[in-house]
Amino acid sequence: MDWPVLSIMLFTPLVGSVIVLALPKEKPALLKWVALAISFIPLILAALVWFSYDRGTGGMQFVERAAWISAINVHYYLGVDGISVPMVCLTALLTTLSLFYSFIIDQRPKEYFAFFLLLETAMLGVFMSLDFFLFYVFWELSLVPMYFLIGIWGGPRREYAAIKFFLYTLVGSVAMLLAVIAMYLETGSWDILEMARLQPFSTNLTLAAVAFWAVFLGFAIKVPVFPFHTWLPDAHVEAPTAGSVILAGILLKLGAYGMIRILLPIFPAMFRQFAPVVGILAAISIVYGALVAMSQWDLKKLIAYSSVNHMGYVMLGVTAAAAAAGSGPAAADSQAIALNGAVLQMWNHGIITGALFFLVGVIYERAHTRDLKAFGGLGAKVPTFAGILTVTTFASLGLPGLAGFVSEFLVFRGAFALIRPFAIVSSLGIVISAAYLLWKVIQHVLLGPLNERWARLTDMNRREVITLAPLIFFMVIFGLYPAPILDLINQAVVTIVGSL
Amino acid sequence: MLPTLSVLNLNGAVPQIAVAGAGMLIMLIDALFHRGSRRWAAYLALLGLAVALARVVESGASAETILDGALARDGLGMAFALVLIVAAALSVLVAMDYLRREEHERAEYYALILFATAGGLAMAMANDLVAVFIGLETLSISLYVLSAFFTGDAASREAALKYLLLGAFASAFFLYGIALLYGASGTTRLVEMGTAIRLAGTQADPLLWGGVALIIVGVGFKLALVPFHSWAPDVYQGAPTSVTAFMSVASKVAAFAALVRLLVVVLAPAAPLTSALLALLAVLTMTVGNILALAQDEVKRLLAYSSIAQAGYILVAAVAGEVGAAAVLFYLLGYAFTNLGAFAVVLAWSRRGEGRLPFSDLAGLGFRRPWTAAALSLFLLSLTGMPLTVGFVGKLYLFGAAVQAGWTWLAIVAVLNSVVSAFYYLRLVVIMYMREAEMPLALQRAGLALGVALAVCAAGVILLGLVPGVALDWARQAVAVVLS
Repeated sequence: MDWPVLSIMLFTPLVGSVIVLALPKEKPALLKWVALAISFIPLILAALVWFSYDRGTGGMQFVERAAWISAINVHYYLGVDGISVPMVCLTALLTTLSLFYSFIIDQRPKEYFAFFLLLETAMLGVFMSLDFFLFYVFWELSLVPMYFLIGIWGGPRREYAAIKFFLYTLVGSVAMLLAVIAMYLETGSWDILEMARLQPFSTNLTLAAVAFWAVFLGFAIKVPVFPFHTWLPDAHVEAPTAGSVILAGILLKLGAYGMIRILLPIFPAMFRQFAPVVGILAAISIVYGALVAMSQWDLKKLIAYSSVNHMGYVMLGVTAAAAAAGSGPAAADSQAIALNGAVLQMWNHGIITGALFFLVGVIYERAHTRDLKAFGGLGAKVPTFAGILTVTTFASLGLPGLAGFVSEFLVFRGAFALIRPFAIVSSLGIVISAAYLLWKVIQHVLLGPLNERWARLTDMNRREVITLAPLIFFMVIFGLYPAPILDLINQAVVTIVGSL
Repeated sequence: MLPTLSVLNLNGAVPQIAVAGAGMLIMLIDALFHRGSRRWAAYLALLGLAVALARVVESGASAETILDGALARDGLGMAFALVLIVAAALSVLVAMDYLRREEHERAEYYALILFATAGGLAMAMANDLVAVFIGLETLSISLYVLSAFFTGDAASREAALKYLLLGAFASAFFLYGIALLYGASGTTRLVEMGTAIRLAGTQADPLLWGGVALIIVGVGFKLALVPFHSWAPDVYQGAPTSVTAFMSVASKVAAFAALVRLLVVVLAPAAPLTSALLALLAVLTMTVGNILALAQDEVKRLLAYSSIAQAGYILVAAVAGEVGAAAVLFYLLGYAFTNLGAFAVVLAWSRRGEGRLPFSDLAGLGFRRPWTAAALSLFLLSLTGMPLTVGFVGKLYLFGAAVQAGWTWLAIVAVLNSVVSAFYYLRLVVIMYMREAEMPLALQRAGLALGVALAVCAAGVILLGLVPGVALDWARQAVAVVLS
């Protein structure tokens, strides 16, 4: 394509947020529709990129490169490959759905929709940037609108949650920044692909280890990997519904994406050396996340902790690929399978947990409680809600035929071959997550006798069904036939594995 | 022999002459024809600063000296002079409506700002320790008077007295340091002093080390480095807010200009020792400044502690010596816009007759004053160091210089401090946007001049953050041309 499709996709929401701010606040309906309409532009372009990405050639496509700050060799450098394309599409899709769902927002809708569009630019920027400076700019930029979304439109403890979210991520970011400055001084370049070629600090192992852990910390807090996950329950629970969807659906992926795009290719030897440590953290995230989720009685908090559990699979896949770095073609297949699983799990978790948070929002709007003990018997009362919640929950626990199964299977297939002990421990997580999803979510919400409090509960309205329909579609279609997305991912994964 | 006019090279001193001349003209006109509004004095001050700015920009750097070698017109001096003039002009804009509102609109205010600026310009360009000292005193004495400008206000008077007493101490230290360095090298000219020190080697010379230590103490007082900072919070809080705004930027620019020149021109051979000393001061300054800022509940005092911490960040690059000079310059340029902007918002929002702006007054202003609040949020994010603001590029450059010079641990301390600072900067944003006002503040209209100043500051913060290339090149080229 000879027009800058990525730039247009990237900056349309930014321009849109300015347009929304300029609209009169007396007409909330108008600005909601305008914001939604604007968000369709990146969505359509993302679909276009998905279909016109040349799977035969692979590599970075739709590349745009221009000097930005030549004094320090910073470039405006965008491009997407088979890993970023699904993430870009996920971002555009969830943003549009979130905006549509957020039509119920009555409190300061103008600022809300403007922040949301700004957030979309930041997230897309992270997935598109091939220059570390640019990457960091968007990475940090994504903090600001989310901070306001939690802090202004959030629940009762919003102030605390907003500032905790911001500070936790900032600690990781600045650690990463220092390492990146050192890497820039070493290589003279901010180019992410170039850094992977040059392998900074390959002669100074101490420095390499320090830089590895600094960058790891930046991404691990975002993923989040145990023990850096403590910001997550607060932020997810206090955020408004659409904010939780974006947090869990996309912002967590920023960290995982960084692990795959940056940490693994730039420090393969270090990652290999420290794979046991990262593997332990991943296994703890999986099992501990599942156990803590099981002990929750707040539905939203339960789903928040289930993210720690499910993102752990991503980390397990990445660790498996890293553990065999440099061991040649013998392990390449298993590495590629594990990494394919990790990337697909990122997509699936975005779709599934996004849907779960929407569903929590749906029930909370009506019941004004999220206490699992207060529900029961809703299955017969609100059948549409029950149906959608059941499908989504099954997808989340990895039922074959739904999307979650494919990615978890791939991760474990790779991990069993390469890091068997960790895989065995982690497989406990699958059992526990099945337990809490069936017991807590399905049984406590849908089954049992109907609590009389909910006798007048209404089923999902059209807006809510339309919001969830695309997500259900992807859970089913990629559960039955994942080839379209796996072809895309595999291309890029094989390139990365080949370079390790 | 008396120097001839050509040796004096008064043509090169046009910036100082324009600034000081405008100040004297204001005093004269006010004494002879004063009637009614003093707004003309502000315009005259802006005119004088504009002439100086035009002269600095147009003439550029050169190797020639002024006043028989006392002042240098090299890149370093001219660049710091430029930052100082811009800061002074913004300070004048910020003060215009405030002084009228507080019923203290008098022409001397602008004259004193100009005299202080002339002193700062002398410090920025000084190639002679005596010139540094004269500049320092001109700047300081003007600031003492400005601090007491609200004569009816006990806090303002107390601030001025405290500043005067501790400032006099600092001057004494500085002067004694000059004397010792003169004893060690036999000259007060920086370039010759540098040569003498290089030739003599850096073996233990008590005169030299004593002199260096005393001068650093003197400059440390001026920059409010910890442990020489105790005057700053009280003075910053007690002085009229427009004075605090000016003081927090101008005296830092001038003092850092002198410090950088000393480090690069004179003390380069002694770098290991001076760097270690400055690194210690930097750690103390950042950490103490930030921790004390956490405990504040009033914006002006918070900004006072924040600017102590900011001086610590800048010192991190100063530790790196020549490598860090460009970073110091660039950061100060950004800091001028950011800090003056933040103080401008404090001016706009504080109650009449009160220097304080308690946190509780901010509640709900995010939506009641959307533009001003957005501007303050921008400045606070820049002070935190968020990308797309000048604060980010500046800190990147500062800490990058430290890493490049091998001071990685210092950069780590600085970065951790930035995270701590995020907490108190963001708290203001939280209060503005996330709390409802219990007793809404009766707000005045901001006034056109203040609006212009705010717009210029915000534009500076964004533009320098978005396209810093030009300014980075400028800073780098400026420090490459140092008279030595």
